Amino acid sequence: MNIKLLADLFITFAKMGAVTFGGGYAMLPILQREIVENKKWGTDEELADYYAIGQCTPGVIAVNVATFIGRKTAGNLGGVIATLGVVFPSLVIIVMLAGVIQAYSSLEWVKHAFAGIRVCVCVLIFNAVIKLFSKAIIDRWTLGIYLAVLAGSVYLNLSPVVFVVMAGIAGVILKVRVKKS
Amino acid sequence: MIYARLFWEFFQTGLFAVGGGMATLPFLYSISDRTGWFTHEQLADMIAVSESTPGAIGVNMATYSGYITAGLPGAVISTTGLITPSIIVILLVAAFLNAFHENRYVMGAFYGLRPASSAMITAAGLILARVVFFFGDFSGGNVNIKAAILAVILLVFTHMIAFTRKLHPVIWIAFSAIVGIIFEY
Repeated sequence: MNIKLLADLFITFAKMGAVTFGGGYAMLPILQREIVENKKWGTDEELADYYAIGQCTPGVIAVNVATFIGRKTAGNLGGVIATLGVVFPSLVIIVMLAGVIQAYSSLEWVKHAFAGIRVCVCVLIFNAVIKLFSKAIIDRWTLGIYLAVLAGSVYLNLSPVVFVVMAGIAGVILKVRVKKS
Repeated sequence: MIYARLFWEFFQTGLFAVGGGMATLPFLYSISDRTGWFTHEQLADMIAVSESTPGAIGVNMATYSGYITAGLPGAVISTTGLITPSIIVILLVAAFLNAFHENRYVMGAFYGLRPASSAMITAAGLILARVVFFFGDFSGGNVNIKAAILAVILLVFTHMIAFTRKLHPVIWIAFSAIVGIIFEY
């Protein structure tokens, strides 16, 4: 076990976690500089592959990419260490902020500020949906799944897990059926 | 025991939320409804804080909700729960990389999962919009004019104007906070 390499993985990914706002795609340019150019732990092509797979595996994309590169560099343990590194700054920053916000949340002006922020969050979610929608809804079948899950989420009190499993099964059936016909 | 439940809830979120940070949102709403650990309003604030701080949004939201639920140990446990399935899945996938990439069952599953994920995020947005723009009731006919005006301004800035379209969300969050304070939202 190479302690020095593992420590390097942890520190490198913690640094990236601390300077990336927004995660996911916002991290790509920083990964290219640190991982490909500085550390030479991977190539641009590998990064592109990891992103593609991160898109279609569960979980947060930044975490997925960290696991991939860590594993490639130092085996399974490396994957775990790199992942812990990338989430470590979040843990520290959010815990500090959450404490502060809770302490001041009863002040009138803080309430007004968050009421304004909530409007902004609505718009941000709307924008995220538009971006996802154009990539995910590509024909009438995917539109059908979108509408069915939307109706189900609004009117039925079911866990999202149910919709995810059903949509996954529907996708397999549709794809395999379309291929055959 | 709250820690075990916290881990299990976020383990499920990490396992089933496909397509990045915002995809965890429907799961967080579901946790909020079932456990009462945090309110919908707190969730909206979490989104804002997670967008405005470094790190992946999904991780930030898990940390935040874990902290609100059970303090520092809660934050560590919810974050660990969220990333555990990712680590396991990716380590497995990495071992069979090419086979996974081209498997038509995997591609089929994601063909169905992507629209489902979009739909669930839409539903989460509607829940929030009902509170923010309609005082919690769509059919009541009362519209929060101040909120609607701010939303229109933000939509124009983030879509129509080339100069401001690419700006980071943290700028709009700060802008909205200032508008909220000045005009007493």
